[in-house]
Amino acid sequence: MSDLLITGATLHVTRAAGDAGEPRPGETADVLIRDGRIAEIGRIADAPDGVTCLAADGLALLPGFVDLHTHLREPGREDAETIASGSAAAAAGGFTAILAMANTSPATDTAEAAELLLDRGRTVGLADVQPVGAVTKGLAGEELAELGLMARSRARVRFFSDDGRCVQDARVMRRALEYLKPFGGVISQHAQDANLAGASACCHEGEISGRLGLPGWPAVAESAIVARDVQLARHTGSRVHVAHVSTAESVEVIRWAKNHGIAVTAEVTPHHLALGTELVRGYDPVFKVNPPLRPREDQEALREALADGTIDAVATDHAPHARHDKEHAFEAAAFGMLGLETAFAVVHDLMVRSGQMTMSDLVRRMSIDPARIAGLTEHGRSIAVGNPANLVVIDPERAVTVDAAVSNSLSRNNPWHGMSFTGAVHATILRGRITALDGKVHDQ
Amino acid sequence: MTRADMTVPAGHPIDPDGRTVLSAPEISRCLRRIAHEILEHNKGATDLVLLGIPSRGVELASRLAAMIAEVEECGPIPVGDLDITMHRDDLRRQPTRAPMRTVIPAGGIDGKVVVLVDDVLYSGRTIRAALDALADLGRPRAVRLAVLVDRGHRELPIRADHVGKNLPTSHQEKVQVRLAGFDGGEDIVRIASGATVLGDPA
Amino acid sequence: MTKHLLSSADLTRTDVEAILATAASMHDVQRREVKKLPTLRGRTIINFFFEDSTRTRSSFEIAGKWMSADTINLSAKGSSTSKGESLRDSVQTINAMAVDALVIRHNQSGACQQVAGWVDASVINAGDGTHEHPTQALLDAYTLRSRVGQLDGRHVAIVGDLTHSRVFRSNVITLASLGARVTVVAPPTLMPAGMRDWADRDGFATSWDLDEVLDDDTPDAVMMLRVQHERMSGGYFPTAREYTVGYGLTRPRLARLLDRKPEAVVMHPGPMNRGLEISADAAESGASIILDQVSGGLAVRMAVLYHLLAGEETAA
Repeated sequence: MSDLLITGATLHVTRAAGDAGEPRPGETADVLIRDGRIAEIGRIADAPDGVTCLAADGLALLPGFVDLHTHLREPGREDAETIASGSAAAAAGGFTAILAMANTSPATDTAEAAELLLDRGRTVGLADVQPVGAVTKGLAGEELAELGLMARSRARVRFFSDDGRCVQDARVMRRALEYLKPFGGVISQHAQDANLAGASACCHEGEISGRLGLPGWPAVAESAIVARDVQLARHTGSRVHVAHVSTAESVEVIRWAKNHGIAVTAEVTPHHLALGTELVRGYDPVFKVNPPLRPREDQEALREALADGTIDAVATDHAPHARHDKEHAFEAAAFGMLGLETAFAVVHDLMVRSGQMTMSDLVRRMSIDPARIAGLTEHGRSIAVGNPANLVVIDPERAVTVDAAVSNSLSRNNPWHGMSFTGAVHATILRGRITALDGKVHDQ
Repeated sequence: MTRADMTVPAGHPIDPDGRTVLSAPEISRCLRRIAHEILEHNKGATDLVLLGIPSRGVELASRLAAMIAEVEECGPIPVGDLDITMHRDDLRRQPTRAPMRTVIPAGGIDGKVVVLVDDVLYSGRTIRAALDALADLGRPRAVRLAVLVDRGHRELPIRADHVGKNLPTSHQEKVQVRLAGFDGGEDIVRIASGATVLGDPA
Repeated sequence: MTKHLLSSADLTRTDVEAILATAASMHDVQRREVKKLPTLRGRTIINFFFEDSTRTRSSFEIAGKWMSADTINLSAKGSSTSKGESLRDSVQTINAMAVDALVIRHNQSGACQQVAGWVDASVINAGDGTHEHPTQALLDAYTLRSRVGQLDGRHVAIVGDLTHSRVFRSNVITLASLGARVTVVAPPTLMPAGMRDWADRDGFATSWDLDEVLDDDTPDAVMMLRVQHERMSGGYFPTAREYTVGYGLTRPRLARLLDRKPEAVVMHPGPMNRGLEISADAAESGASIILDQVSGGLAVRMAVLYHLLAGEETAA
């Protein structure tokens, strides 16, 4: 059933291009959904027959979150995560759409692989899984993958990335940027110059990496690639997107590029906003991530940039790992942290509760702008009659203490264990159907 | 040497309650008598080696050696220290202490008559450890034991050959030995009344 | 005393003094005919070496055996544990056998600290990646003190590849805790990131100029660190001869050192690259205490085993 009546919710709306007739922001209203679309907004006295009711008094209704950066591990590492478990985690986290990165095994570098992901995601039906296409074959950074075929496939791939790896060769990056222009594609670059930060680099290069004897990952290894890529974007007239920005230096480059009208967008993860390099002192691999956690100065620059829009979106880089891939010496352990289920709580607590951002800003960064960047027209839409009902109900006052043992993900590499945040997802709605309610995921 | 005595550093104030059982002149007389006994039993000073058990046994051994040399009018008697920390059987029950040095005189102990010297004989475990330690260092012809005070309550079949004073005590009592060299002030042996004995007896 | 010895920072000055005092006694024991002490009888020590090291491993093995502990050697490949088995899995099997101590050498920094969180045994760091080597720092301090006496106010220079040296990281802590003043010397490419802040915070000096340190602030001891040939191919400095000219303890440098401080000593944790970071002359000169460092290692390790394992159980 894709009919639903939401009552008593506070509506946070911001103008999204193409939507007219919206209620005023901050208003409390009932919202009736029919056949997956918003049918009515206002005071609805009685629920029509057979329509489920969702009471949302004191809660806020937002467009559902869109994640530009998730790792679902299927195919290849179904022991760490599957499309089903990842979608469940997404629904629990308030996401109605997630972009599934291509570094699976085999990689998503063909139309067939992309369609397989799309179909599987639809069958599971807990979130819209949009496959990301690899930029190069096998993510090897040498030959272009079948970008056009992926774009023409049923998966309609528009967002491409070799994430996990950097497209290191400037010529390959240039060719890819040019090639994508006819179908308006965008490349999300994992910016890491392998000659400055090699495969073993695992800790921000600084005092802590020096003391701990861990191979350093200098900030310049990221900003140098970002600088190169924005120049390539300008030169080719293409769009480039910077994945998981982690340094103040990269923020400076992005700001400069935007001021010069270059088509660059950027995302930041909740962990790079909230967690710092000093957490690595205990050598706990749960804090090992690529790019690494950075010092306070970088975290502050990232928060400012997210607040002022230099960084367009929050993306989780949800990276599940089986226990035996994490429980190694720090250098040998796998990179990555879980993020789907905690993203909203962290960003809300850190940025909105502190006053650095408004709720409307959060909606832009976690829903409207990621949807726009990814070209997902059914998501990130304002709450207006006729729009698809991809929504999330959140409780801005509820305090949440993270328990790593409780998760919809198959993995447990959760850096937030034991931390408390104010702000929780109450219900997630995908085309009018509740996919998660009060912490429980509802399979169809 | 009791556990309590081992942990009390040199110069630690004496418990004002309790009674003196040996004054400085009495201690001196005991040592002199022991020196004579050692010479009598050994029929002279030949092959004698005195090994003091740290802490206070060391000073006693040194004084005894000097007295023996004086009485017998012979050259210096070989004297050394025998630290038994690594051979104790109760290590697990207390915090670890750095062992003190074991100093064996130049002539060694093989074929010698070793006289172990300690201040207080109680359970006998210290002496058992000393015998073990000695076995690792060589093979004396004979081993004898001289103590200033024997307070009874043996837990092992160990006896002293030369005793300054027999002192029946209860477990609750603490025997306190202070020596001029090690502690400063006057030689004295006291029994402190009523205080609990810490840890296991030596 | 601490339950684990993962870093030199786990030991207070009092702890270090106790260990060095015990090491002196242990050194005596080594000279006897019966070298065994019954002290750790009934204890089981596993030497789990993920990285090869004949010298350190046999040092720990003999140390354990001379204390009458049951000592077992295990080796495992470094980071490539078999598929599906993590580092945690490797050590938990051992942990299930209720051993008393794990002496671990690993090629990755922090491995010992992680293992300590997964086992009940005491964990002793025998060298983890480029992080620390606490027993090396203790034996360096022991050897140095035996030669020059108390270290308070003494100046020690540590020269060489600091970035990749666990000997440096541990020594800088232990020497400071004993009151010594430390200057570290290396070319910029071999100084760890954040060196400036680190040195300021921990109170040691840094320099790129070995001659300046030798001439203007003559140290009482010079500790030369091994330079691996891979560092040249890694682009850290151009050639071996350029390194030697800039940072090697050459014959002229040794002469100038001894001219200013005749009692100065030369140290090296070994193995040496004679002719690269240290000239053969310097290694064999009267100022060198390098061989003493080797023999001191056994006594120090016996002392460490004693202090960590013999006494009552302390809180982790």
